[in-house]
Amino acid sequence: MAILEVKNLGISFGGLRAVNEFNLTIEKGELYGLIGPNGAGKTTVFNLLTGVYRPDSGVIFLDGKDITGKRTIDISKEGIARTFQNIRLFGKLSVLDNVKAGMHNHHTYSAVAGILHTGSWRRAEREMDEKAMQLLKVFELDQEAEHLASNLPYGKQRKLEIARALATDPKLLLLDEPAAGMNPQETQALMDMIRLVRDQFDMTILLIEHDMKLVSGICEELTVLNFGEVLAQGETSTVLAEPQVITAYLGE
Amino acid sequence: MKKTISRTARQNAITYGIVLAFFAVMQPLAMTGKLSSSLSGLLIPFCYYVVLAVSLNLTVGILGELSLGHAGFMCVGAFASAFFSKCVQGTITNSLVRFLLALLIGSAFAALFGILIGIPVLRLRGDYLAIVTLAFGEIIKNLVNVLFIGRDSEGIHFSMKDSLSLHLGEGGEVLVNGPQGISGISRDSTFILGTILVLLTLFIVLRLIQSRDGRAIMAIRDNRIAAESIGINITKYKLMAFTVSAALAGAGGVLYAHNLATLTATSKNFGYNMSIMILVYVVMGGIGNIRGSVIAPVVLNLVLDYFLRKFQLMGDSPVLQFLSDNRMLIYAIVLILIMVMTWSPKMVEKRNALFGRRKESKEG
Repeated sequence: MAILEVKNLGISFGGLRAVNEFNLTIEKGELYGLIGPNGAGKTTVFNLLTGVYRPDSGVIFLDGKDITGKRTIDISKEGIARTFQNIRLFGKLSVLDNVKAGMHNHHTYSAVAGILHTGSWRRAEREMDEKAMQLLKVFELDQEAEHLASNLPYGKQRKLEIARALATDPKLLLLDEPAAGMNPQETQALMDMIRLVRDQFDMTILLIEHDMKLVSGICEELTVLNFGEVLAQGETSTVLAEPQVITAYLGE
Repeated sequence: MKKTISRTARQNAITYGIVLAFFAVMQPLAMTGKLSSSLSGLLIPFCYYVVLAVSLNLTVGILGELSLGHAGFMCVGAFASAFFSKCVQGTITNSLVRFLLALLIGSAFAALFGILIGIPVLRLRGDYLAIVTLAFGEIIKNLVNVLFIGRDSEGIHFSMKDSLSLHLGEGGEVLVNGPQGISGISRDSTFILGTILVLLTLFIVLRLIQSRDGRAIMAIRDNRIAAESIGINITKYKLMAFTVSAALAGAGGVLYAHNLATLTATSKNFGYNMSIMILVYVVMGGIGNIRGSVIAPVVLNLVLDYFLRKFQLMGDSPVLQFLSDNRMLIYAIVLILIMVMTWSPKMVEKRNALFGRRKESKEG
């Protein structure tokens, strides 16, 4: 069964139809790419999926459950996690605390328990510490666990953002331009890591990317957006060979 | 991680230690009468200034929202508790029990106001939030000034006009007398109780910061959108920080009220001057630095006390007059200087050149 099923999704901002009749089906464990020229509406699709915007039309099903029009925090609880195009970390928190913040809804205790340091606090904090350190090891950030997130170099900040998203224990991971600002070596390392995340966490990933090498390298299926409309959809190699896709990217 | 927990525990222990050491030095000196009268009169103010500064730091430094109405919550705590103490003066004779109950009531009322004001105010951000909290602080102060409550054999009477319209019967007494406030409060505050309150405030704030809830609050401060995306309820945690902050300010107000025989709400004690002064303490101690909020009020007042006495010895000098008249002006200049020193890129450069680059990861 499909993890994500989107039908007829659409939203307008004033007179601009930013996304129109958008359909998307992602199977479990798939690595799916969403590409298109600047301003095509890719990030808007992410914002619709995560409840930042409420769609004018259409429905979104996550793992068979209707999540259309839900609030961002509820969608996070349902199991969609995301990263951002411009990195959004909790800069003044430690790397470890960034990941632990991601587990906010999974290991809970009351505020009073947190102040009195009761057993439930001790258990939850210990579990969170262990899990967070495991996650950080996967992303090779365990040495920097105590550093402030804002002091990490750029590439590691990107990794930490993915680690924090995974800490929410999602069913679907949305990556918004993960390779932005990276050099070819870093991009190559990122590709390996995204594959690793998919295999190790049995994750379904939808990513927005401009780097064609990355897209053709790891995405199994693609959707191409142009002016808010789906231009092409299907297997990566076929989609990238389609003339209208090439036209949209390179012009006539 | 074991290492982190033990390190933060050690940092907290140092903060508690500073408070205890200060108490251990001051209390014997005060008991044996070795302190000047002005300094021994400052001991309890030290305590409520620290409580207020630490609680405001929770809003300004941890939640990251500038609140300029902190004195308003202090005012609520002060009047609610003083009214309670005045009412039960005859029935509860044990001053400790009375004070503790007053403390509970004062903080509870302040917390209630924190929730009521927080719900509309926390929808705003930045300058707008500062302006509206400033207004609410003034509103609270002015409301208290038109409050008349009296008691006679028939029960409690209430008026917003004047004490005559309470229509008290024979043997009735006015408990809250508008601008004249509440008089004849038992002075239950002591330096010991004040120190315990400071420790309690620190305990609550420090542990809150290091809990799951504190992490959520600081996540909202650092990046609201990201916090929402990982499922943190923004409204809930903003309100939580604001309410705890208000309740603790109320507790500071209780300590303040029970240090006076007569409690009135003037612009000097509960107006925005007070709110700004607490903010000066927070900024001087470092925004988000709880230990700084413990040290700054004490140091600032000690320095002020020292200079005032120096000038007093010199006789009635115009400098003294100027200083006491323009205390807020001096605070404002200090505040601006601190901001310039901390944030101006040129100054940061100079400071780094002078003292060597400090490791940034040590902060926070």
